[in-house]
Amino acid sequence: MGNPMKIRAANKDGVTEVKVLVSHEMETGQRKDSAGAIVPAWFITELTAKHGDKVVLSSEFGPSVSKNPYLAFKFKGGAKGDKITVSWKDNKGDTRSDEAAIN
Amino acid sequence: MNNQRRTVLKSGSGAALLGMLAAAGIITPGMALADWNKAAFDAKSMADTLKALGAGSPADSKDVQVTGPDIAENGAVVPVGVASSLLNVTMVAILIEKNPNALAASFVLPEGTEANVQTRVKMGQTSNIYALVKSDGKFFMATKEIKVTLGGCGG
Repeated sequence: MGNPMKIRAANKDGVTEVKVLVSHEMETGQRKDSAGAIVPAWFITELTAKHGDKVVLSSEFGPSVSKNPYLAFKFKGGAKGDKITVSWKDNKGDTRSDEAAIN
Repeated sequence: MNNQRRTVLKSGSGAALLGMLAAAGIITPGMALADWNKAAFDAKSMADTLKALGAGSPADSKDVQVTGPDIAENGAVVPVGVASSLLNVTMVAILIEKNPNALAASFVLPEGTEANVQTRVKMGQTSNIYALVKSDGKFFMATKEIKVTLGGCGG
C-alpha cells in the first residue's frame, strides 16, 4: 500500500494549485545491488488526480521520475473545502489513494 | 501482517509477480498496465519515443517553456517544469534524451487544467530535456540542456 501521500491544494483567484509528494521507491531496474544483481524495477506507472469526481490530471510515469515523486499542477475552479483525491498504481499492481481538502 | 503477501512481494521481479498474480486470478492478463503506454516508455531513442506517442516530428515552439536548473548537482533529483501559453493543451510529456528510456512522464490535461506541470526526474548524465506539448491536436516542443555532475541512474 505504500505510505501516505502529502497533498496540498490551495485556491487563489479561482485557480487551484495542487502539490503532491508521493512516497515511493521508484526503482529503475537499472541499478545493481552490492552483490551485482540488478534491483528489479519498481515504479509508479499511473497517477490520477480528481477534484470531486472530475479528473483534473492523469499522468503516466516511467522509472526516470525521481524517488518519492513530486508533482505540482494547476486547474481552474475548485473552492475551499472541496475534496482532491490522488491515486497511483505501480508496476507491481500496488495502489494507493489519498485525499485532501482545498485550502 | 499478511505473511503470504510478504512472500509474494519478496519473491522476485515485477514481471514474475504480475504473472503470479495473473495465474492466481487476482488480476487478469492484459488488465494490469493496460492503460500505460508501454511502447512509449520502453522506447530508447527520442525518435522512437515520439513515434510511440504519436507525435511524429514536433515543431519547436517559443510558447513552450522548460524550466530546470542549468547545472544539476544530483542527477537523481532534478526539478523540471513544463509550461505553455498555447491554447487547448491536452497532453504534456517530459523527455530526457540521454536516459536509457527517453520518456520520463506524460500528463493528460483535461479541460480546465493549466499547461503548467512541475515534477522531479532522474538524469543519468548531462542531457537535453525536451518538453512535448499537444495543443489543438498538434505537437510542439522545447529544449533545455541540463548539466549533471553526479548521475542518478546506476551506482
